[in-house]
Amino acid sequence: MKKPFSLQVDMDSFLPASAEEKEYMVQMRPSTTFFRDGVKRLVKNKIALISFIVIVAITVAAILIPAFWPYSYDQMLGVQPGRPVDASYNNLKPMTYGRTEQKLIDAGEDVFPHLFGTDQHGRDYFIRVVYGTRISLAVGFFASIIVLIIGITIGAISGYVGGKVDLVIMRIVDIIYSLPDMLMVILLASVLGVSRLGEAIEGTSLERIGGNIISLFIVFAILYWVSMARLIRGQILSLREQEYVLAAQATGARSGWIIRKHLIPNCISVVIISTALQIPNAIFTESYLSFLGLGVNAPMSSLGSLASDALNGISSYPYRLVIPAIVISLIVLSLNLFGDGLRDAFDPKLNA
Amino acid sequence: MADNQTPLVDIRHLKEYFYISTGPFTTKPLKAVDDVSFTIRRGETLGLVGESGCGKTTVGRTVLQLYKPTGGEIWYDGKQVKTARDLKEFRTKATMVFQDPYSSLNPRMTVSDIIAEPLDVHGLYKTKEERRERVLELMQYVGLNSEHASRYAHEFSGGQRQRIGIARSLSVNPEFIVCDEPVSALDVSIQAQVINMFDELQDKLGLTYLFIAHDLLVVRHISDRIAVMYLGKMVELADADEIYGHPLHPYSKSLISAVPVPDPRTARANQRIALKGDIPSPLNAPSGCPFRTRCPYATDACAESMPEFKEVSSGHFVACHRTAEINS
Repeated sequence: MKKPFSLQVDMDSFLPASAEEKEYMVQMRPSTTFFRDGVKRLVKNKIALISFIVIVAITVAAILIPAFWPYSYDQMLGVQPGRPVDASYNNLKPMTYGRTEQKLIDAGEDVFPHLFGTDQHGRDYFIRVVYGTRISLAVGFFASIIVLIIGITIGAISGYVGGKVDLVIMRIVDIIYSLPDMLMVILLASVLGVSRLGEAIEGTSLERIGGNIISLFIVFAILYWVSMARLIRGQILSLREQEYVLAAQATGARSGWIIRKHLIPNCISVVIISTALQIPNAIFTESYLSFLGLGVNAPMSSLGSLASDALNGISSYPYRLVIPAIVISLIVLSLNLFGDGLRDAFDPKLNA
Repeated sequence: MADNQTPLVDIRHLKEYFYISTGPFTTKPLKAVDDVSFTIRRGETLGLVGESGCGKTTVGRTVLQLYKPTGGEIWYDGKQVKTARDLKEFRTKATMVFQDPYSSLNPRMTVSDIIAEPLDVHGLYKTKEERRERVLELMQYVGLNSEHASRYAHEFSGGQRQRIGIARSLSVNPEFIVCDEPVSALDVSIQAQVINMFDELQDKLGLTYLFIAHDLLVVRHISDRIAVMYLGKMVELADADEIYGHPLHPYSKSLISAVPVPDPRTARANQRIALKGDIPSPLNAPSGCPFRTRCPYATDACAESMPEFKEVSSGHFVACHRTAEINS
């Protein structure tokens, strides 16, 4: 035992640190990936986060509500088997009821309300809006995926192979770019939709959404991949000059390997951003085609066709135009804002 | 085959022209490498020096056939590398370390994926475990902490990144490595570490290097023999000490006189041979000897024909018409 006032140095303090003690001193920062960094920045962006929540809420609602809603989008409430047509169900104002329903309510029973009223055929308007949202979102999502797949494949090949292949592909892209795309959309939709596809899909489950929507997908597949392909090509052109691509070539990697492992992962953020911005574009195109009568087949609704139908009674029932218009605006706006947020979070050039 | 007489790498009359378009339908050859021949013996280091744009890097890349040679032959270990099959085998024996440790590592891959990429490409392992062990072994070779295997390249310093690049080039157990200015992007203290590591790895693994650099002191330190290039052509090739002690070609003389000397007294006594003018564009290379436009000894004969690359003393090659007169 050492005396309290002893000047003798305690040699124990000068022993080399044990492995455990050394370990204790090492501070390791957790390894972060580019993706995690991006998500962190995205969550910090309030506008993007709110937009994302709105998109998710609308999507979940469009998927789940039809499952438990008591009315169906094509059910004419005034038409009951074995009875004369009850015209009191047509053109109901929001939260009002048809004659038979009113009787049930008077008898003390619960009747599910018509939140947005009914249309001129006595169909519940709320569920029609929900179905319209469903169609619009589905079109936007699948059309963007088609564009993504075609654009990424052709753009990557064009950029990586280069030379004559690149020249030919880019001239085709230029030609498609130079076509007035709205005119092409209308022409293709009217030609394909009525005569060819209508017969081809008869009797299949696709018939319900109609040949026009299928032709819309075809239009997207033919026309809208070009900007994606250009974007990818530009990215690949700059990426393939990087030394790590040369390093992969020096190890003997094939072109497919280099595109998959080196080029695509490095332009994936640009791809995600432009896909997110492509979706509202597709939704918008579908809406106005439906508005022009080139969209979904009759009993099925889309936001555009609902707005179009509402034009007939615009002075008496303005809310029938306003509701689908608000839903379209909400979807397109929040997707655009979310896309902007994605770009801010993931585009390395902006946060360098 | 693998006796000491056969050089490991034998480059014969290598040519690499890039065609530059000068108009809508016309192209002009840019002779980046023009008729270069050299050999590298097993286990030795050949240093390749020259000023910027003289074709050093192109030689390195063409030797590994990253660029398809316009002409000439590449012989490796007594066999010509010609068909796609030869090339596939050649790729597992000859690898490359790149100049820029920042752009030569894919930012989206973890260190272990980067190092194991050549193994993945050639399918050189059977189980995941085997791959992991190999990666850790390589990281140990180059002095990296094995805990860093799952990190991304951007989390490392320049020196560490270059070590990752070296580990990648070692992963297939190569015999021959082309080092393309592997230390010029690093600061001096790290340069020394990396250069010494190259030395140690050579002893341990019996590697052969083609070491490209423009830093003459670095090259002298690591090389057994040194080749000097000028405007796509090789002008002198000799043992390192020989070329530093008795450079024969006027360009090498000037180059070596420019090496900084740490002692100011010696430095003052040494005469620097300053060259006039700039290196000509390889698109409009001068006729005959490429160096004649800047050579203090040039005569009319130099404009007429390219001097032959010939052996003047044992192992000392020079391409100059007036070797004998200048050095007498």
